[in-house]
Amino acid sequence: MDEHAAPGTNGPAGYAPAAFALALFALFALALPRVEAGEVLLWSVPWLPSLGVAFAFALDGLSLTFALLISGIGALVLLYSNSYLAGHPQWGRFALFLTSFMLAMLGLVLADDLVSLFVFWELTTITSYLLIGFGHETEDGRRSALQALLVTGAGALVMLAGFILLGNAAGTFRISEIVLLGDALRADPMYVPILVLVLAGAFTKSAQFPLHFWLPNAMAAPTPVSAFLHSATMVKGGVYLLARLHPALSGTDAWLWTLTLFGGFTAVFASVLALRQTDLKQALAYTTLMALGTLTMTLAQPGAYALTAFATFLVAHSLYKAALFLTVGCIDHGTGTREADRLGGLARAMPVSALAGALAALSMAGLPPLIGFISKELQYAGAVEAAGPRLAILGAALAANALMFAVAGTVALRPFFGRVEGKAPPRAPHEAPWPMLAGPVLLAAAGLAFGLAPALIQDRLIGPVVAGFLGDAAEAKELKLWAGVNLPLVLSLATFAIGAGLYLAHRPLRAALARLDAAAPSFDRGWDRFLDGLRGFAAWQTRIVQPGRLRAYLGVTFAVVALGIGGTTLWARPELAPVSIEGVRPKNLAILLLIVAGTLLTAFTRSRIAAVAGLGVVGIGVALIFIVYSAPDVAITQLLVEVLVVVLVAVAMLRLPYLDDHARKERRPLDAAVALAVGASVSAVTLAVLARPLDRRLTDFFEAASWPEAYGRNIVNVILVDFRALDTFGEIAVVAVAALAAYALLRTTTAAQRRDDP
Amino acid sequence: MNSIILRAGTRYLVALLLLFSVYMLLRGHNEPGGGFIGGLIGATGFVLYALGCGTQEAREALRLRPERIAVAGLGVALLAGLMAAPFGDALFTGQWLFLGADPSVPDDKGLPVSTILLFDVGVYLVVFGAILTLVFAMEEEI
Repeated sequence: MDEHAAPGTNGPAGYAPAAFALALFALFALALPRVEAGEVLLWSVPWLPSLGVAFAFALDGLSLTFALLISGIGALVLLYSNSYLAGHPQWGRFALFLTSFMLAMLGLVLADDLVSLFVFWELTTITSYLLIGFGHETEDGRRSALQALLVTGAGALVMLAGFILLGNAAGTFRISEIVLLGDALRADPMYVPILVLVLAGAFTKSAQFPLHFWLPNAMAAPTPVSAFLHSATMVKGGVYLLARLHPALSGTDAWLWTLTLFGGFTAVFASVLALRQTDLKQALAYTTLMALGTLTMTLAQPGAYALTAFATFLVAHSLYKAALFLTVGCIDHGTGTREADRLGGLARAMPVSALAGALAALSMAGLPPLIGFISKELQYAGAVEAAGPRLAILGAALAANALMFAVAGTVALRPFFGRVEGKAPPRAPHEAPWPMLAGPVLLAAAGLAFGLAPALIQDRLIGPVVAGFLGDAAEAKELKLWAGVNLPLVLSLATFAIGAGLYLAHRPLRAALARLDAAAPSFDRGWDRFLDGLRGFAAWQTRIVQPGRLRAYLGVTFAVVALGIGGTTLWARPELAPVSIEGVRPKNLAILLLIVAGTLLTAFTRSRIAAVAGLGVVGIGVALIFIVYSAPDVAITQLLVEVLVVVLVAVAMLRLPYLDDHARKERRPLDAAVALAVGASVSAVTLAVLARPLDRRLTDFFEAASWPEAYGRNIVNVILVDFRALDTFGEIAVVAVAALAAYALLRTTTAAQRRDDP
Repeated sequence: MNSIILRAGTRYLVALLLLFSVYMLLRGHNEPGGGFIGGLIGATGFVLYALGCGTQEAREALRLRPERIAVAGLGVALLAGLMAAPFGDALFTGQWLFLGADPSVPDDKGLPVSTILLFDVGVYLVVFGAILTLVFAMEEEI
């Protein structure tokens, strides 16, 4: 990765995005006292009032915690990026994407309306697509970005269906009202469909197994993006949604088992894979999956311990994971590699990074006195009193935490304090500049401070979040470092013991896992095969539907017309007007004969010129009918169009191939069938219309209003340019666009031909 | 096609057709005619010119590129529709000005000027430009 090798700076303006994010952070911090007091700040404007959709925002404990994490880590990441991408030619674009993403994410966690939430959700999908694909020059970057877009986008569409069902069942799209309707919703017959659809969206965004594969691939993004998107924010979007809808949808067996199984399996599966990685960033990516699984698993529970653990782990994980990603970025920046084997003893050259990385890693390992320890204790306490498969939950938590302990050692401690096992790194290690150190240091220090003094966040963040679940901030369990000798402490000690063992044995384990991984079916490759299949299917159906021959298009169009009109007529069986030649004036009869003659000539001639002339006869016959029935405007238009069609066809004819008699004979029966079907359908519709009395209300209105209101005596024209002017505008827009498109097509072929034969 | 008679005749016919097309456009509100028909007649004039004297010459005589005329016409029509806005009316509501009308005489409209006419001019230009775009491009491709 060479993106940060470019020399130079971004100038003073490079700090602007970070300052903007910091201002947002300060703004949210100002709201802390009011939210701590139990207030929920609401703000909304009507958006689609007829559908009950509003542009609504709410700031409660959960939203505020997320908003502080997003804007705070966002500020540090933007500051970091300014140095990481110093002098990068596309720094401006990067800062724009990252800031937009941050704003979209803030909108997502603040939205109080399901539709607004969905819109912000999709905005985060799009901006993260741009960020992951920032290195779009590489095949890998493009593929990863597209994969993330398609997986999370598809999940979001499913989720939208769930939102609409949820809104219908609750009678409102306002989230703050929906969460009060939990009992009614759980009894609703649509509860299970709603749950399945909403969970599908949340699980794709939060990368739960088996839709987890896009997240490690998303590491193609520059490291600050990974730190931001894959620690505090985007992937937590799904977890946020689960937490947000917890009061409305949780408490059933379906909720409990689905979240426990998916979350638990993802946590263990991901932490095993994390141990297998040698690239530091990839290892962190898998530990993120583990954290998401753990958060999902805790959200399955209704108990106060589990939900306090959720809130605490949410904060703890965001702090240590962002710090670790940023530290890995510093290592990459300082040495030019992220391969675990080539790194060691960096603490001497990079003391500040080492300190930050070590603190964050201790928090990840769950060691006292860091916040990670407290969150792990609470998690065990929640698992001990868990509803559902208690032993399995305990086992999954224990396994995942022990593996985390080992991974923390391999990712953050070995590079700084261990020995180099493989080749030396490409560059002599050097410390990163201060803007790159500010993020890891502050985030790791926060993890330490919150661990030493949990009172700092107890009432400000954790209490209000738990109040959102259980209705009262006092329900939140107390965060403390020393809770006496109890089962969670014993489990923690067991975690450390197993984790230390795994760490010592991580080399042979890694090799064994690599062999296993190579043998097992890969979801990532499965995704590729799925996409290949989709492309193949698209190509196959395009070959059928779009053969590129005008004949086929016209045939399909007319066949559809015949089927649609004829089928409807046959099905509805309307009354038909009687057909009779009696009373038809000789003049009209002559016109009719003229049209029939023209039709027969067109159908049976062997010459194109004669066919065009025959069509012209038909057109003029129709114009004559218009004249006989006093519609001069239509008749004039018809005649002029006939003239122009003759000119155009005559010009086009010079390039048409000769009529192939042999091929014609084969397809003529089919053509005749389609033509007769269209003719019969249109005749039937005409007769059906004639059988009913003419509704003259519109005609009467136009006749009466044309002169007094629109000052025109030519009703046809008055309708065109005044009463129905908007329709006409649409039509002339179509005419203009059609002409431009045809022009572009003709021009392109001419230019291509000129190149081919000069 | 290279015919002296057609070439010579075309010059006069085109002038007549263009004049006639404007006449049709203007009378359209009360008599058969209007922007659509006017545009078709005007386009026919230049199609004839292109047949008689060649596309290149027809383009030069037209001076403006036909696709630009079409798009400009769309803009004129839209402008006519938007002019309802300052008067607080819905989009595309006609606005009228009766120049020199005597209010004491009933039914005296003087010289009526309206956004409706402007809209019809837009329709004329779109039809005129779109057809010439197509015909010129096709003839040049041969």
